[in-house]
Amino acid sequence: MRNLLSITDFSVEEVNGVIETAQKIIANPQAYSEKCKNKIIATLFFEPSTRTRLSFESAMLSLGGKTLGFSDAANSSSSKGESLSDTIRVVSCYSDIIAMRHPKEGAPLVASFVSDVPIINAGDGGHNHPTQTLTDLLTIKTEMGRLDNLTVGFCGDLKFGRTVHSLIQALARQKGIKLVLISPEELTVPDYVKHDVMDKNGMNYVETRSLEEAMPQLDVLYMTRVQQERFFNEDDYLRLRDSYILTAEKLQSAKEKMCVLHPLPRVNEISVDVDADPRACYFKQVKNGRYVRMALILKLLGIE
Amino acid sequence: MEINPIKNGIVIDHIDAGKGMEVYNFLNLSELDCTVALIMNVFSKKTGKKDIIKIDESIALDLDVLGYIAPETTVNFIKDGKLVEKRKMELPLTLKNVIKCKNPRCITSVETCVDHEFKLVDKDNKVYRCIYCESKF
Ligand SMILES: [Zn+2]
Repeated sequence: MRNLLSITDFSVEEVNGVIETAQKIIANPQAYSEKCKNKIIATLFFEPSTRTRLSFESAMLSLGGKTLGFSDAANSSSSKGESLSDTIRVVSCYSDIIAMRHPKEGAPLVASFVSDVPIINAGDGGHNHPTQTLTDLLTIKTEMGRLDNLTVGFCGDLKFGRTVHSLIQALARQKGIKLVLISPEELTVPDYVKHDVMDKNGMNYVETRSLEEAMPQLDVLYMTRVQQERFFNEDDYLRLRDSYILTAEKLQSAKEKMCVLHPLPRVNEISVDVDADPRACYFKQVKNGRYVRMALILKLLGIE
Repeated sequence: MEINPIKNGIVIDHIDAGKGMEVYNFLNLSELDCTVALIMNVFSKKTGKKDIIKIDESIALDLDVLGYIAPETTVNFIKDGKLVEKRKMELPLTLKNVIKCKNPRCITSVETCVDHEFKLVDKDNKVYRCIYCESKF
């Protein structure tokens, strides 16, 4: 029985397989509308995330399956002190597959030890969020037609952004990727990502402070938010904030064929005047999130 | 100083000088009923000085724990006054319930019934990683 706890649980071929299935679903959703008839997904959200939970439920409903679960630890038996292992043992009797979000890192691994059904990690603290990475990969593949030989810019908070780290991890397995890491000095990619992922895989990368300078060479621009609470003083934050906000003006120097991604929710790091630009793909990304989760559910349930 | 040779038991040799007490405590040897000798600053041809622990009984020693705390050691198993096995310690590839993850965001900080497990990721620098949250130790 397979689980998806971290993006590296899947080989490159398996990741590509999920993306291919997702593209087939996009082309002909009707053909998949009863694939999971009589199947149930349990969405266990020990920490609320309405967006992610709805995307899993929407995916299962689109496959003709059903959903159950809870959206907040307060509504679950864990609020009465039940261990995670016991909750999972019980729920795996009621469902065919489990998608879970938990505030503690490694919780899905604990769940996988006791579960009789596949576990999907829908986010465990600051650790992993592999379905976001699959969504990002599907979007890049759909927009650019490939996952290799791309110059990918990451902009904003590269220190704490787990979606950034795991997308870098996924891209590390592709050929010809060049990374442009755009961030303030306080929020650069942590050393362990540099050493264990980028250097280990011989990735080509540059670090820069300037989004404007990096813009013309990018095939993909992955935006993240620079949060005020990451800074020790407000002056630094205010000084730096605007340099990492994407505006229509800054996008003018970008390639005609490129795409802008963002894991959402956005606050102010992409100005609304970018939304109408055909290169803005962050809302398409949301749609892709549903299709890629449909493909993932099929794979983990072993349904062709 | 003379310490009588043991008949049946275990000798942990080549402990780094000064570390004997730490090894003694980590292995909970104070809980044993048999004779245990902790000998410190013994002359060694190899390193100048070393510590030695002699246990006068064939106990089931947790070699993973010993390998983690003192990978430099050699363990001699004595039976009927004879050396029956000599084993060079090394860092174990996995550690189960030897150390605990210090990351407060790790699931092991709240889920009580799980094993605390670590994997060796860098032998030269003695780096272990928690299998749950991947924090280094
Ligand atoms: Zn841990």
